[in-house]
Amino acid sequence: MNDMRVAEARMQQQTDTKISARGVQVHYGDKHALKDVNVDILDKTVTAFIGPSGCGKSTFLRCINRMNDTIDICRVAGRIALDGEDIYDRRVDPVQLRARVGMVFQKPNPFPKSIYDNVAYGPRIHGLARNRAELDEIVEKSLRGAALWNEVKDRLNDPGTGLSGGQQQRLCIARAVATQPEVLLMDEPCSALDPIATGQIEELIDQLRTEFSLVIVTHSMQQAARVSQKTAFFHLGNLVEYGSTEDIFTNPRDPRTESYISGRIG
Amino acid sequence: MSDASFPTAAKTPRTSLLAADPRTRKRNAAEARFRAYGLAAIAVALVMLVVLLVTIFSGGIGAFRQTYLTIPVTLDAAQLDKKGNRNPEDIKKVLTLTYGKILDKALDAAIADKGIQVAGLSDKDLSGLISKEASADLRDRVLADPGLIGQTIEARVLVNGRVDGYYKGRVSMESAARDANTSPAQLELADALKAQGMLATAWNWSFLTSPDASDQRPEAAGVGVAILGSLYMMLVVLALAVPIGVAAAIYLEEFAPRNRWTDIIEVNISNLAAVPSIVFGILGLAAFINFAGLPQSAPIVGGLVLVLMTLPRIIIPARAALKAVPPSIRDAALGVGASRMQSVFHHVLPLATPGILTGVILGMAQALGETAPLLLIGMVAFVKNFPAAPPEGLFDPASALPVQVYNWTQRADPAFVERASGAIIVLLAFLLCMNLFAIFLRRKFERRW
Repeated sequence: MNDMRVAEARMQQQTDTKISARGVQVHYGDKHALKDVNVDILDKTVTAFIGPSGCGKSTFLRCINRMNDTIDICRVAGRIALDGEDIYDRRVDPVQLRARVGMVFQKPNPFPKSIYDNVAYGPRIHGLARNRAELDEIVEKSLRGAALWNEVKDRLNDPGTGLSGGQQQRLCIARAVATQPEVLLMDEPCSALDPIATGQIEELIDQLRTEFSLVIVTHSMQQAARVSQKTAFFHLGNLVEYGSTEDIFTNPRDPRTESYISGRIG
Repeated sequence: MSDASFPTAAKTPRTSLLAADPRTRKRNAAEARFRAYGLAAIAVALVMLVVLLVTIFSGGIGAFRQTYLTIPVTLDAAQLDKKGNRNPEDIKKVLTLTYGKILDKALDAAIADKGIQVAGLSDKDLSGLISKEASADLRDRVLADPGLIGQTIEARVLVNGRVDGYYKGRVSMESAARDANTSPAQLELADALKAQGMLATAWNWSFLTSPDASDQRPEAAGVGVAILGSLYMMLVVLALAVPIGVAAAIYLEEFAPRNRWTDIIEVNISNLAAVPSIVFGILGLAAFINFAGLPQSAPIVGGLVLVLMTLPRIIIPARAALKAVPPSIRDAALGVGASRMQSVFHHVLPLATPGILTGVILGMAQALGETAPLLLIGMVAFVKNFPAAPPEGLFDPASALPVQVYNWTQRADPAFVERASGAIIVLLAFLLCMNLFAIFLRRKFERRW
């Protein structure tokens, strides 16, 4: 009996649910964009959302940190819980939520400020540093975490917009990491980058997995296979299949998944 | 199998690339015509601009030069301070008329001294040479420094507008012969004085600093009060229209929900921008003067009317500038957990600043040149006294540059036409400065994205 409890605890740790979504429905005006999505996203894991364009994967991603709130016509129903707390509860302030659930966007969008200020902005507004030295430390740690430190350490006061595309995206990752989130959402982070920069970002994602729960939307199935442990396949607003990446790619249960990964639909 | 579906070269005969085919020639001709239209339009606009500037400058530059007579004047204590106690109260009792006589005597003495002889010179011609404003100027000088009484001073006095006009080419001997206000003899006297170096045309600062003058003394009229009035009105516009306009634009663009009410507000702001300015004058007359009881001709009323008029002209470009900020910046700020307000004030507004500032300055430049609404609230009045320093001065009567131009063009003496053109030059100089400032700000704040 004791053994069983230990085994159960180990299981619990392995499958520690960070985000759990139940019956999530999203409407954009009259359009039913997401239909009844149930999914448990694990901590310290990379989860990839794949699917053809317009399938709702980005919509679902933006539900997780309530970025859809900024769109007037968007309505979200159902329950999404972060560590067991419903993030669509009336008492939840989305600003507080977004400090815990960071986001990296499709197109690199650094602020038109210095590299330092880009990374320091989040810690500043959330009061994470008590003095300049602490802030410097956070900035350095974040830039190191985003594998950008060595490239920019001598020009922290240069504008962030002057970096190359791949560097800009890593700067955006550093900016997101600097606020010390628990979950990092990435919306097609490599779609605007060349293969070398993509490789660097993918390597970075693998490193970040030790600290965060990562959710990544991607159009590239190879990328999903390379970086993720769990994969969810969306199609026409439905979550068709969710499982370990290996299973999805080698042994899909649903015929639609099989068609998509073999390139017949998309 | 699918060959048939492609139009092949066989259908259209291949032509040499070295000779343009008719279709290409036609297209090239159309393009050349279009360019010619554009060039012609620009050329016409440039010619108009040059004609405008030449007209204004040739007519108005004279206002910045004025003919002065420099003569020794003996300030006789017996006339100016009969009690001999140098009491300012007693000196003030001596009227301008007495100073006029002193000047006439000084001129007589100067002519006799230099031995100038002019045939047919009447007393009226002689005293008429000196401007009516000169005696008032001399009295002001004595009142400011009573110690001058009893001394002989070198006085630089304005000469009559006709004599001044003679040296600017506006008056000739022939026209003087038909003119009741001057005579050929007077002009000959002026020439003689000029030959003696006593009469000269020099740079005229007082055009910029002195107030308006009555119909009989155009030589003394200046835009001082008008500049100050315009400045006060711009202060009111800057203090009210700019913060309200920019705040309204930020609210409407960044915070307001999109619904029927905001649509109605939007349409009405656009409509307001198109309302003729004279309508705002009627509104100002009804609301600020008749209802609120503010004084007529006061810069505060003019300023408030201009605020109403300028608001939509600030809101519309400010909204456009905010809209032009890429939405990815807002996403980025929200994504790191900034509140709506932080995202707007830390990121969106700095990027929109150059556009907003340009709109603000152009809106203010339009307000500076606005005339019609000011006519209705009494700013076209003749104002001789300078308004006090703000804030009290905002309630004192004042003029405004464009209204001053209008006012002077209504007067009979052609010397005022020169003054009006001069005032237009001043107005254009201010507008040019504001536009240059707008360009400077845009360059300074513009950030590469």
